[in-house]
This record gives sequence, structure tokens and C-alpha cells, in this order.
Amino acid sequence: MIALNTRPNLAAPDEFYEALIGLHRELTEVQSALVNAKLILLLANHVGDPDVLREAMAAAREGISPPL
Amino acid sequence: MQTYTNPVFEYRRPPELSGSTRHCGVVIVGAGPVGLAAAIDLAQRDIPVLVLDDDDTVSVGSRAICYAKRTLEILDRLGCGEPVVQRGVGWSVGKIFNGDQLTYQFDLLPEPGHHRPAFVNLQQYHFEEYLVRRVAALAAAEIRWKHRVVAVTRDDTQVRLRVATPDGEYALTCDWLIVCDGARSPVRHMLGLDTEGQVFHDRFLIADIHMATDFPTERWFWFDPPFHPNQSVLLHRQADDVWRVDFQLGWDADPEEEKRPENILPRLQAMLGADVDFAIEWASVYTFQCRRMQKFRHGRVLFAGDAAHLVSPFGARGANSGVQDADNLVWKLALVMRRQAPEALLDTYDAERVAAADENILNSTRATDFITPKSVVSRTFRDAVLALARHHAFARTLVNSGRLSVPAILADSSLNTPDNMVENEVDNEAFSGAMVPGATAADAPVAGPRGEWLLPYLGGGFVLLTFGDGISAAAARGLAQDAIPCGIVQVGGTPREDRVVIQDKDGLVAARYDANAQTCYLLRPDQHVCARWRTFDPAAVRRALARATANTERDIQ
Repeated sequence: MIALNTRPNLAAPDEFYEALIGLHRELTEVQSALVNAKLILLLANHVGDPDVLREAMAAAREGISPPL
Repeated sequence: MQTYTNPVFEYRRPPELSGSTRHCGVVIVGAGPVGLAAAIDLAQRDIPVLVLDDDDTVSVGSRAICYAKRTLEILDRLGCGEPVVQRGVGWSVGKIFNGDQLTYQFDLLPEPGHHRPAFVNLQQYHFEEYLVRRVAALAAAEIRWKHRVVAVTRDDTQVRLRVATPDGEYALTCDWLIVCDGARSPVRHMLGLDTEGQVFHDRFLIADIHMATDFPTERWFWFDPPFHPNQSVLLHRQADDVWRVDFQLGWDADPEEEKRPENILPRLQAMLGADVDFAIEWASVYTFQCRRMQKFRHGRVLFAGDAAHLVSPFGARGANSGVQDADNLVWKLALVMRRQAPEALLDTYDAERVAAADENILNSTRATDFITPKSVVSRTFRDAVLALARHHAFARTLVNSGRLSVPAILADSSLNTPDNMVENEVDNEAFSGAMVPGATAADAPVAGPRGEWLLPYLGGGFVLLTFGDGISAAAARGLAQDAIPCGIVQVGGTPREDRVVIQDKDGLVAARYDANAQTCYLLRPDQHVCARWRTFDPAAVRRALARATANTERDIQ
């Protein structure tokens, strides 16, 4: 892993986290899932770099296996 | 009202039923688009070919309706491109709807300066009729209607067929068998061969309707429209005021029930509105698969088209890729039959077209996964893409209602001489642009003795496309007199007897081929680039031609 920056990069982590949770306030699970999907797509396009995206997907999936 | 009546081609009692025996150089099974294209190509090369078809007419129903630019260019080489283009409906705009809203539209209109359009839509029965007519004009080809292959055996020396006719069965032998008998391919089953891949659990209703309407000639694709919630719908124009409508039905739909006119009518009325007058011409319910045979060559048996590989209809990659199979196969088979190339050349048909089939299957599978999401999360991302696509250009690149057929670039083919293999002490400046070894030759406007477009000057045999008049008469004659001759098409200069001279009317030939004063391109008989140089060197041309025919250099001179 070299392309994905996992060092602290958010100027105000608490504000970001609050905004992320706030984004989903009063939404149903289905609506929330749609918002998350749109957010991922917008950010992925902004990032652009396929190596970064591949590493981010791998990091997100790490330690999570389908149930047997 | 029916806009089309299938012709009935005459069955003729074969002489073999009266005791004569026959051994053929090539037999083709199946007179569909692929078998007919292969037959025309062989006959144009004066190779006698016998086509066996179990029916006595062309396609029943419109079936494959979108013919891509590359297919039209191949048909031009086969002498039947013009009627297909004239009868067909040209289109280049596609609209994508989500729910009741237009998400975005695209325009496939290519850059100007190409003879053939991006696509024409034409019913498969019209397409086949034009090819049948072309076959009839060629002395070396014979189609036998109502001749069904019922048994096949093969060994290293020949293929044996048993053929059933209305008057009984007879036996045939041949050196080479080209199998183009479609998705279910009875011959493939008789030989115990199979396809591998994925079956998609979904059903689609496909209907041809006849209506006079002022709908524009565009491809309209709906995700989740109000008149057919949670499923996709495609509307596409064909010739003769016939329109194709394609409804996704889901896996649980009952095909027999859905095919009934009384069940199709309400779907169409909901879509088109109660006041639109239309008549149903043909309807069918289908499922689809993305599969291919492991190998397309099995000794003396060669598989092409749907018999060899299957894709979903999204992207028009079925018939179009099948015609490219024929285009790729026939010149190689012709060289092998004339003992001008080793049988190994036919293995490159397998390698090149398997790679092309994999590209088509990949594109087709991706489109299918977008159109018919297989999980809740897949559906969520699909809906997210469609929602974003209305306002954000980036998301439109993710919308996949079918990636439309483009010619395969045979970049990894062993027949190419890669740019970096060219040994040349003189300036061998790198090339830019699309004409890499393996690409199909780009068209451009020209002036010359054979008309106003570049492509008809290329193909058929090997051609060296040269810029400037740096090739001597002796060198031109030498290449033309080799065992596998190479004709010269020179861009610019005055007419000469030893070569074809054309003029680059708008400078687009030089631009598209990134050419300077002495650039040369070697083109295969199927118009694929196989080598290119910044200067002319006859030895290098012969090396590349030998490589492109799986020969050694000595074999071709």
C-alpha cells in the first residue's frame, strides 16, 4: 500500500464526523444507503486514481468475510 | 398488417442422392449472417464453398437489428454493404431515461470523413436477403436449403457429414468445416463440444411493432419507467416503420403467457399511449447467456458466430462480432488451403477471436449487471449512478445500457510486428494515434481509380499503404510477384502502372495514420494493421508479411 493516504488528513475530524452522521438524519435505511452510494461515487470520481481506489476498497473490506 | 413476408428458397434434390459422391474443400453449416459472410468471402477468392442450411428462408423475426460501422465496412469488401446501408435506418443519438425523466443523451456520430455511419438498424431478414443475393451472384458458392446436418465425425485428414433432406440422407466429406449454426449449434453438440460461462436469470420480451409515428430515430432506454416499473425498456427503430421494443420481465415471468398478444398489447399501450395506432409483427421471450467455447478451432472444424460465443443483446455484439469472425477466418483458411501458410495460421483465428469474444463477453456482462442488478447493494449503486447522472457529467460515464460494438483491436496477436520490434537504423520516430498494430484500418476521403474512400483500396490481399513515391518500380514489382503478393497503395504522386496511386483529399489519411514523407503500413487482407515503419525497407516488409501469415521469410517469396 503506497497510493492511499491513511495518515490523518482531515483538518477537523469531529466536524466531519458530525456532518457525515447529520447527513443521514431522519432518513430511512434505504434512503441512507442511496446517499452513501452517491457519496462514494462522488468521492471516487474526485480521487480518480485507480490505485488509490483499489487500495481503499481493499482496506474497507479487510477483515470482513461473507458468512459461511 | 405484416411488413415482411419471408421468401421461400427452392430446395433442390442433391445429386448425391442419386449415387454420386462429393468431396468439398469447404463446407459451411448455417446460412445466417456469419455463414453467408464467410461463403461470400471464400467465393470472392475463387474457393468453391458449399453452404448447408436446415431451413429454406432467411431469419424469421427481426432478431439482430443493429449493424455497426465495422460490419458495414466488411460488407463493402464483400460487395453488399450498399444495399444494407440504403435500406437500413441510420441513428446516432441515444437517450437514457430514469423513471419519467430524461437522464442524459449521447451522440455516437463519429468524426466526419468516414464513409459508413456508426450504426444502421435493419431487420436481420433484410440483412440476410442481401447476403443471399450476393452469394447467388458468385459462381464458386452454392447454398443448399433444407439440408440438415445430422451427423459429423472428424479426423486429422477430413470431416465426414451426414445430411438429411426432404428426399432422404446422403454423405459428404470435406477438408474444412465452418460451423455457423447459431446459439444452439447442433453440430457443436454432435461433436460433443460445449460452451462455458454464465447464464443470466432474467427474461426479456422482444416485440416488433409496425407504427407510423413521428418518434425520432433514436435509441431510447428506460430504467424503471412509470409504464413498466422496476424493469428496463428499450425502443429502437428499424426499416419499414417497424420498431423494436424490449421489455425486461424478470426471471419469474412465464414465457408462453407473456408471448400472447393479449398480454403484450397492454404493455405497449401503457408505453406508447392509448391513441397510438400500432400492430404487433413478431414477438419472442428470451433469456441470455454470456458464454464461449474454450477453443474455436478443433482441427479441421472451425466455429464462428453464436455457435462459438454468446453475449447478451445489450451492445449489439452478437451478429457484429460474428461477421468479424468470418472476416478474420476466411483469408487465413484461403492461404492454408492454397498451401501458402501452415495450419498454425488457423490457430491465430482461435487466439484473435477468442480474445475478441472475451472482450465482448466482458462488456456484455458489465452492461447486464448494470441493467439487471443482482443484489440490493448493486441496485442501490445503479440508482445512485442514475440519480447523479442528471446533473453530473462524470456519472454519465458509469451509466451502462450496453457498450455498443466496436471492432476488436488485436493488440496482442502474434501476427503483429510490434513497433518496438522494428529494427531500423534510420529515423524510426514513434507513432501516435489509433493505427497501432492490430487495429482495423481507419477510413478517410481520397481520390483515386476505385472511388472516394480509402477502405476499398485496402484488404482482400496484403497491401502496403505508403506515403510519398519513395518505392522504386523494381521494389514494387518484387513485392507484387512474391508467392504471397503485396500490392502497393501509394498516397500522393502521379499515376503509375506498378501500384495504385490515391490522393489524400482532405489530409485525413496522413493525419489518421500519423504519416510523414516515407511512412508505410502493412495491412492484412481483413484490413487490420500488422506492421508500420517510418521508412520503406522491402526486407522488413517481407519479414512482417511472413510473420502475419505464420510463415518463415523464405516461404513467402
